Amino acid sequence: MSFITRGFSGRSHDRDPRLPPGQTEVSDWPVLSAGPTPRVDTEEWEFSIRTENGAHTWTWDQFMALKIDDVSTDIHCVTHWSKLGTSWRGVSIDTLFEGIETSHDFVMAHSYGGYTTNVPLDELLNGQAWIAFEFDGEPLEAEHGGPARLIVPHLYFWKSAKWVRGLVTMPNDDPGFWEQSGYHIHGDPWKEERYW
Amino acid sequence: MSHLDGNALAGVLSEVFTFDPTLARARCANCYSVDVLARAMVYVDGSAFVVRCASCDAVLATVMDGDGRRWVSLKGVSAIEIPR
Amino acid sequence: MSGPADTAWRVGSVSRISKETPSAARIVLDVDGWPGNDAGQHLDIRLTAPDGYTATRSYSIASAGPGMVVDLAVDKLPDGEVSPFLVDDVMAGDKLEVHGPLGGWFVWRPDAASSPVQLIGGGSGVVPLIAMLRSHHDTADATPFRLLYSLRTPEDTFFPEVLKDADVDYVYTRRAPDGWPTPAGRLTKDVLAASVFAAAEKPRVFLCGSTGFVETVAAWLVELGHDPRMIRTERFGGT
Repeated sequence: MSFITRGFSGRSHDRDPRLPPGQTEVSDWPVLSAGPTPRVDTEEWEFSIRTENGAHTWTWDQFMALKIDDVSTDIHCVTHWSKLGTSWRGVSIDTLFEGIETSHDFVMAHSYGGYTTNVPLDELLNGQAWIAFEFDGEPLEAEHGGPARLIVPHLYFWKSAKWVRGLVTMPNDDPGFWEQSGYHIHGDPWKEERYW
Repeated sequence: MSHLDGNALAGVLSEVFTFDPTLARARCANCYSVDVLARAMVYVDGSAFVVRCASCDAVLATVMDGDGRRWVSLKGVSAIEIPR
Repeated sequence: MSGPADTAWRVGSVSRISKETPSAARIVLDVDGWPGNDAGQHLDIRLTAPDGYTATRSYSIASAGPGMVVDLAVDKLPDGEVSPFLVDDVMAGDKLEVHGPLGGWFVWRPDAASSPVQLIGGGSGVVPLIAMLRSHHDTADATPFRLLYSLRTPEDTFFPEVLKDADVDYVYTRRAPDGWPTPAGRLTKDVLAASVFAAAEKPRVFLCGSTGFVETVAAWLVELGHDPRMIRTERFGGT
């Protein structure tokens, strides 16, 4: 690129060791919109896990009766912003998978509104991922994925599916919505796995 | 959520097609309606455009920029009529 | 002017930049090799930082016709990345990379067609409509033209020198001029019905503004009997 626009620097590029390469810290929370925001009432909300052995489904009330974790973590969006020290409350995927057997190694997360994203099962377990319904002490707003979203903070944030309604295990690492359309199949921000 | 019109795709897609893509008529693979791309709904998702059918909301196409590259998917379009 | 899309980025030189409204700037570009443009088309502007970071946004063109001079009016969005740079930092003599003209859908060409043309603009959404008014005026086209312009205050008027020669209905949403017959307030369906060509006259409608404005007005127009196929919209959201 030989052309440089005089005086243009883009957003500031302060470095913090918690920032993966190519990321910039933001204090606000940019809303990205791949479509209309689904409005799902907790009365109608359901969450399910489906494996080759059958399905397990929770209503909102059943979900709230599970063990709830407080999570403090950094989040990294593929569009180069990171938000440090965010706090969430939600149910660990470990808790949800208690008593569930599967020989599958991969998971497709499905959302209200049709969004999908793929994650290896062993990256959802061992305290690495949650179904979160509170952010900063408040119920998660619909525009940020409420009533509940998946959070997988060690991967780029497109993997943290908003409006999540279920996880389906699968034998192969099939690509989800953005992974089919250009984003990296895995999405590790420390390796800058942004695109194919 | 707010969205734009298919008109907004003229810039990014003119580097892909040799005609004005916003004037091309496309058939939605979900509801089978046919309309010019200019009438589709375009959501801006970071550095990506998600193009949805104005009749049924299904995803027609995505256009994504990153790393000096561009990805175009027409996964929800069954066919496109090229103006000639 | 509407042949195969041109993929080349060109360098435009800022020949003049001036304050258009309290929040917007008018930018006049000389673009070497610009092929001219139809009224209503837009262009992309690409800014490049020394580290190679780029940001690209679309802006409607306020001018039309042949020639290599392109008029823009850019409204500053407080949270934006590109518009504050264009409004506050750009100076005469600066070079900007541009790609265009773009878009063959939201355009009006002089044609003296029998059906009238209704323009409806919200805020800076008036910019492509300004190009249509100019083209209509400059070509002495006989098509009946009318503009409904929703804006916050009198100081927010874009291109007043173009509007003074046009048939314009103003709706002031925050503060009206002294002595204005109606108090400031949002556009309503009744005011819309009273200010545009009736559906029976089968006007072609060009509607441009924020997403919310366009959605609301387009729905009202259809309720008032306008044929959706006669309504062309351009929503803007660029920052």
